[in-house]
Amino acid sequence: MADVLGGIAKAFQLIVSGDPELYGIVSRSLFFSGTGIILAALWGTPLAMLIALRDFRGKTIIKTFFSTLIGLPTVVLGLILFLIFSRGGPLGFLGLLYTPAAIIIGQAILVTPILVSIGVSAIESVDPEIMNLAQTLGASESQAQIAVLKEAVNGVILSNIASFNRAIGELGVVLLVGGNIAGGGVRTDVLTTAISRNTAIGEIGLAVALGILLMIIVFTINIIVAVLRKANYIVELVKAPYSRLKRSRETER
Amino acid sequence: MTKHNGEKMQTWQKLLIVAALATIIVVAGTLIYFNYFSKRRLFISTTTSLYDTGLLDAIEADYESTHNVDLWITAVGTGIAIEHAKNGDADIVLVHSPSVEKTFLEDGYGVNRKIIAYNFFTIVGPAEDSAQISGKTATEALNNIVAYGQNMADQSGQTQIWVSRGDNSGTHSKEISLWKAAGYNYTELATEPWFAVTGQGMGATLTVADQKDAYVLSDIGTYLKFHADGSIAITALILEEQSLLNVYSVMAVNKETVQANQTVHEQINFNDAMGFIQYLVSPRTQQLITDFGKDTYGQSLFHEAVQPLKNNAPQPIVSWIKDYAFFDGSECPPQYRNGYADLYT
Repeated sequence: MADVLGGIAKAFQLIVSGDPELYGIVSRSLFFSGTGIILAALWGTPLAMLIALRDFRGKTIIKTFFSTLIGLPTVVLGLILFLIFSRGGPLGFLGLLYTPAAIIIGQAILVTPILVSIGVSAIESVDPEIMNLAQTLGASESQAQIAVLKEAVNGVILSNIASFNRAIGELGVVLLVGGNIAGGGVRTDVLTTAISRNTAIGEIGLAVALGILLMIIVFTINIIVAVLRKANYIVELVKAPYSRLKRSRETER
Repeated sequence: MTKHNGEKMQTWQKLLIVAALATIIVVAGTLIYFNYFSKRRLFISTTTSLYDTGLLDAIEADYESTHNVDLWITAVGTGIAIEHAKNGDADIVLVHSPSVEKTFLEDGYGVNRKIIAYNFFTIVGPAEDSAQISGKTATEALNNIVAYGQNMADQSGQTQIWVSRGDNSGTHSKEISLWKAAGYNYTELATEPWFAVTGQGMGATLTVADQKDAYVLSDIGTYLKFHADGSIAITALILEEQSLLNVYSVMAVNKETVQANQTVHEQINFNDAMGFIQYLVSPRTQQLITDFGKDTYGQSLFHEAVQPLKNNAPQPIVSWIKDYAFFDGSECPPQYRNGYADLYT
């Protein structure tokens, strides 16, 4: 027990003293997962709009496919990407294995199903009238689609937060394609892999400190989102112009 | 259908009770099973190289078929194996880091140390050997690697030519001492851009080194296993020499100073630990250790140490082992012995 208490005491000391090793790991985690989410949003949002706003055969199958992939074990995705990126693999010539790029791509792929699934339901839950309304007011089809996306912004942001939490907390992809490499060169060790390593080698203090900071990051983001949602701030932020217009028209009638 | 009054249990209450009962049954069943329906247990904390090569599996199968004892083996780095022993999680440790073992004995946690086997570490690297270490001594090789790393064109940290375990394992402490012998400080080297640290086991570290075409210090067993099945293309460049000697020892946990961790076992199983040590040093087991892997790899992964030391054979290996792994001229100075004098005659 003394060891555990000592570890926790050491952890707080590291956090308070601004230990550079500790905060280096935290900033790498934030950077890799943040970049991964941005990358995934770049391809995930158009994909979600495409699926939600078009009618086509197999739509249900595609939607089921993406929602099933949400449960994909991260270590399996890590294994698949390892085989693709390793030297004998199809993309081995790029030399991406054990680099930050591999982690960012891996995490982007990991969270794409979350972004697409939640995004599709958010966009589908927007009143279909909105699109018609926008078009009757002279918007082109793509402008109308942007309008629908703005109405769905709450859900889209939620999907981004959920994705970020999944990415920053996962171990399988970052360990297998990142390699958890420390040292003087380009480092690929992040919060989760560093917790695993420091627990295994008995550096309990650093492991506990990293665990505390990981939870603080995840909880802080969730609390901010919860508060914003409660106050309906997110919707207000982008003004949701067509919803208000529609509401006001309905009250006029 | 009659309606019952408020005394009727709600569905969620029933479910909760069922869940609680199920949990109790599972936990109690597991405890009862392991406490009353199993053989005596011996908890072994061991270094990964003995386990990953499959040697301990072979020993376990042989031992359990002849003894009424269940071996519970935890394979971790030497550092954490020693931690397990100090915390009372283990009855016995199998490790390969003489300096760590010495402290372990001096602090009173361990007794009755016996050297059971030896082999050599190897420096592994790409076949094209750009740092030109082949045929050199380990010290020269490390010097060449540092010079190559510091003078290569790419200093961005993208290209890393040395991969270190960095996990407090026996192999890692060997690496630190090799760097020291070559005149370098490991902690300082680890901040240079060509130096990578995995913090993982030997297999994972070999894989990283292979993918990066980098050099790495490995135990011979794990290297041969990965090399033979084609998992890695990097190849052993520096083999058996005195500075790369790797000595495996066994120590019993001192039942008089270490409090058993009650969640693992009631008390330190000292008798079975000593029985296992006697089994390990017996000629039959020593032969088993030497023969292990010969069929698969065409060479021994581990060599017997007990007979050569006992005979004080005039081979260089005996004096190398004494130089490297003896404390005050003995594998276990008398003050760290507890009975079992026949082990040391």
